[in-house]
Formats: sequence, C-alpha cells, structure tokens
Amino acid sequence: MNAKRADKLATGILYFVAGLVVLILVALLGYILVQGVPEISWHFLTSPALAFEAGGGIGIQLFNSFYLLFLALLISLPISLGAGIYLNEYAPQNTLTGLVRTTIEILSSLPSVVVGLFGYLFFVVQFKLGFSILSGAFALTVFNLPILTRSIEEALANIDDNQREAGYALGLSRWETVTKIVVPAALPSIITGVVLSAGRIFGEAAALIYTAGQSAPALNFSDWNPFNISSPLSPMRPAETLAVHIWKINSEGIMPDAKAVSAGASAVLIIAVLLFNFLARWLGKRLYKHLTAE
Amino acid sequence: MDKIRASLLKKSVATKIERRGKILSLSCLALIIVVVFLIFYFVASRGLATFFENHINLWQFLSGTQWNPGTTGTNGQPAVGALPMIVGSFLITILSALIATPFAIGTAVFMTEISPKRGAQILRPVTELLVGIPSVVYGFIGLQVVVPFVRNTFGGSGYGILSGTFVLFVMILPTVTSMSADALNAVPRYYREASLALGATRWQTIYKVVLRAAIPGMLTAIVFGMARAFGEALAVQMVIGNATLLPQNLVSPASTLTSILTMGIGNTVMGSLQNNALWSLAMILLLMSLVFNLVIRYIGRKGKLNNER
Repeated sequence: MNAKRADKLATGILYFVAGLVVLILVALLGYILVQGVPEISWHFLTSPALAFEAGGGIGIQLFNSFYLLFLALLISLPISLGAGIYLNEYAPQNTLTGLVRTTIEILSSLPSVVVGLFGYLFFVVQFKLGFSILSGAFALTVFNLPILTRSIEEALANIDDNQREAGYALGLSRWETVTKIVVPAALPSIITGVVLSAGRIFGEAAALIYTAGQSAPALNFSDWNPFNISSPLSPMRPAETLAVHIWKINSEGIMPDAKAVSAGASAVLIIAVLLFNFLARWLGKRLYKHLTAE
Repeated sequence: MDKIRASLLKKSVATKIERRGKILSLSCLALIIVVVFLIFYFVASRGLATFFENHINLWQFLSGTQWNPGTTGTNGQPAVGALPMIVGSFLITILSALIATPFAIGTAVFMTEISPKRGAQILRPVTELLVGIPSVVYGFIGLQVVVPFVRNTFGGSGYGILSGTFVLFVMILPTVTSMSADALNAVPRYYREASLALGATRWQTIYKVVLRAAIPGMLTAIVFGMARAFGEALAVQMVIGNATLLPQNLVSPASTLTSILTMGIGNTVMGSLQNNALWSLAMILLLMSLVFNLVIRYIGRKGKLNNER
C-alpha cells in the first residue's frame, strides 16, 4: 500500500472513530435528557420523596444538595485560598515544597469512596457528629481542597510579576500586595475554578453515603432557626443529596417508580452541571471585563 | 529620644501584617497536609487491625477466594479471602482502559490533527462537559441500558464484569480523550512542519512523529483514566452484581473492592473482624491509588528526559 492510500485510509478510520465517540457521548446526554426532562415538574422539584409509593419528588434532596454545596465551599474556599497563596507567593523552590505538592496531588487522586470512609471514621465516629450535614460538608471539603488549591495556585501563577513589583514599589508588604493586587487580579480565574469545582461537589455521592447519610427526614420550611433539628438550616440533621438519592433508590428497589424518579433526578443533576459550566465561563469573562475595563 | 528609639526598634505595622499573613496562609497549607496524613493513619490503623488484632495471614487475605467474614471457611480459618474483589477491580480497570484507549487516542488525534476547528468548537466542550457528569448518572444509565443489552446479547443476568467495563469505558473516555488531546497539542508545531517538509503524508506525520512525541503525555492520560476506573465506586456497584465470587466469565455477577466497601461498611459493627476486613480492602484501594500516582510521576520524569535529549 502506498503512502497516499494509507493516509486516506487512516484519515477515514479517524473520522469513523471520532464520529463514533461523538455518537456515544451525544447518545448519553440525549438519553438522560429525553428520559428525564419529561419527569421534571414543579411538583417533582418541590415535593418530598415517597419510599413505597409512586409520585414522590426530590424537593428535600435538591435543597440538601445545594445546602451541602454551600457549606462545603464556605469551608474549603478560605483554606484553599490560603494554601494556594502560600504555595505560589511564599513557598521556596525546594524539596520540601515539592513533597508538599506531591502530597496534595495524592489527595486529589484518592478515590472518593476512600475520602467518604475517612469522613465516616473521623467526623462521624471520632468526633461524634453522626450522619449529618456537617460531616458531609467536611468530607466534601477534603474532597475539594486539593482541586481548588491547585486551580487557585494556577490562577495566581498566571498573574504577571509586574503587578507584584508595582506593589512592592509602592511600599506595600508582600501580604498586602497579594491580598490587594494579585488576588483581585486573579479573581476571574479563581471564580471560574470555584464554580467548576462546585459542579463536581454537586454530583458527588460516594463521599457522602457514610457521612451525610442516606435518609432525608421531613423538613419544616417555615422554621429557619438552625438550632432546631427539623429546620432546613440545621447542620446536625442527616441529609441525603440528589446523587445519593439516585444511588439509593436504584440499589434498594422498593420504590415503584424508581426508574422515573432517577431519570428525572439524573436530568436535574446534568442540567445543574451544565449550568455550573456555563456560569463558570460567563462569570469569568464578565468579571474580567469588569475588572480590566475593556 | 526614647520614643523614637522604641518606634525604630519595634516591628512596624506592615511587618506584623506580613507576618500574620504568612503564618495564616502557611497554616492553611499545613492543614491540608495534616488531613492527608490523617487519612492514611486512620485507614491504615483500621486496615492493619485485621492482620495484627485478628491475626489473619496477609497471604491468606490476598489469595483466599472465600469472602464471608464472621464465618469460618473450608480450611477452618475465618473466610476473609479478598482475591475475588481484587481480581474484579483489576479486570474491570484493565479491560475498560483497553477499550477506551484506541477510541480516546483516535478522537484526540482527530481533534488536534485532522480537524482542529471542529475539535475546538464541538468535541472539546462536549468532552470537557462529560468529564463533569456525576458517576451515579453513569451507574443509572448502566442499569437502564447496558445491563439489559448485555443480558440480551451475551446471556446471563446482565450484571457482571462486562457491564461494569462498558460503564467505566464511557466514564473514563472523556477524561482520557481530553488529556490525550492536551498531550498532542503540547507537541511543538515545528515537529509537524519538519515532517511535512520532508514529504511525509499527514498520517505518516501523525504516526511517526506526533504520536511518538506525545507518548508520555498519553500514557499519563491512560494511567489517570485507570486510576479513576479503579477507584470508582457507585457506578460499578450498581451494575456488577456484587457477588463475592471469583469471576468465571465476563457475564457472571462479580464484585470489586469499592462495591463491597460501599455495600458493607454500614452493615458491620466497628471493631469486629467483618468491619476490619472491609477496612483492609480500603487500604488496598489507598495503596493502589499511591501506585498509580507513582507511575504517573515516573512517566512524567521519563518524558521530560526524552524531550531534553
């Protein structure tokens, strides 16, 4: 076979392979949306789940997912911001820093089920927090810290050194330069990183099964005192999230319309992840424009 | 005089702020490192108890084929043979990586070399989006589509290694594709130009120059996909059947380390042998994730050496 024929053949095969992959991926997205979107209604999104009869919703699970996401970000953002700042602005280039980076990489590659089991052992059993939102939020924090630290460090590294030198020239200390000049300049990419990691947290289930628990007790949505156990804001109540809900009803198999509910819930999850993705891009661009006055 | 002297010798406000800021950010970093060590300590302290407190032989644990902690097996010892789960985990990881690799690399080559425009406009955003799809959604689709498909085509119950492989294949495909595409994009443009200038066709350029230059990056992508497949819990647990038997064929119900862990931890009592044995499984998971990490680092170092030469 001459080179030209081989080239044509290979190109054809590559077109075929790429086409097939696109087909698989589009079929995947299409299947979820086609199966799930018809299930979504206001009733489905707001009413509580029913265990033994059809017609339940995902209201409490949806609220739990967002509340856990909020708490996890609230805890992990300041920590990873600090760690990212130290790694990029202060850390000397030596073996120790290399080891620290390796450790963070190891943390980010741990299977999420292992993180969940650690959370169970440490927060649920050792600290006696029980199956609660707080345990879940801590487990998600552990899961999120390495990813967020990495993305914040990268965002800071992309800021031109001129900016730092300008700060020093004005007599600012290093810390003031970082907090007043570098971090604001890196804000668009930091926010993009945060929103993207939010998408990952939102769909996480394996880390939550044994930390936030697998039950969703009824909530009293007129009681916003976080110290009452039936209040939606109470951090000590067990909280099954949307992703855990999908897993649970499929492995238990006692809910008669489990298929329809999980199809709807999957579609909601996917749409949320899509929204997080678009939001990340849009916010990043928008903020960049706003801050640079372009 | 003393006032001035004192103010000169004292640390300025700016220095104090600087000091405080540095300590604050350092303690954030230290916290993360402490968490990693805590994870290893806690899982290891539980996982090693099987061997030190319950006196299970390590070799028996790794090579035994009967898993029913709490009861004694045919040899009179507690039935804690983890081989079925270990085999299941490795089989499913290797098979899914074997299937995913040609598809992922083919798509990545298409994205970067054949049709960069369409690649950037359609393929890239779609793959990046799919990386973010929650694993339970893959599990749900596996349950609804893959399991019936396998049952009707290959017989059996549909639950088993093959279904798990298909689910993981689709799950790691976007990850491996987008990382391979990054590796191909990192190959300098002048490599391609030099090859084309010598009269090579596009395929010759891709096959003999671009792919070879990108080998370390693509290997990293594949190992990364394998690490993800190995650690995946729920999607696999939903389709594999969770029978702790050594898989006889690809369509018989089997189990993985992660699937038995997610099923079992909630149903056993802390400190009992049943529970400790599960933690030993978690320890294997932890160690394997370390191994994958080391492999990725090794490939990275090798790749750097090759490029510098």
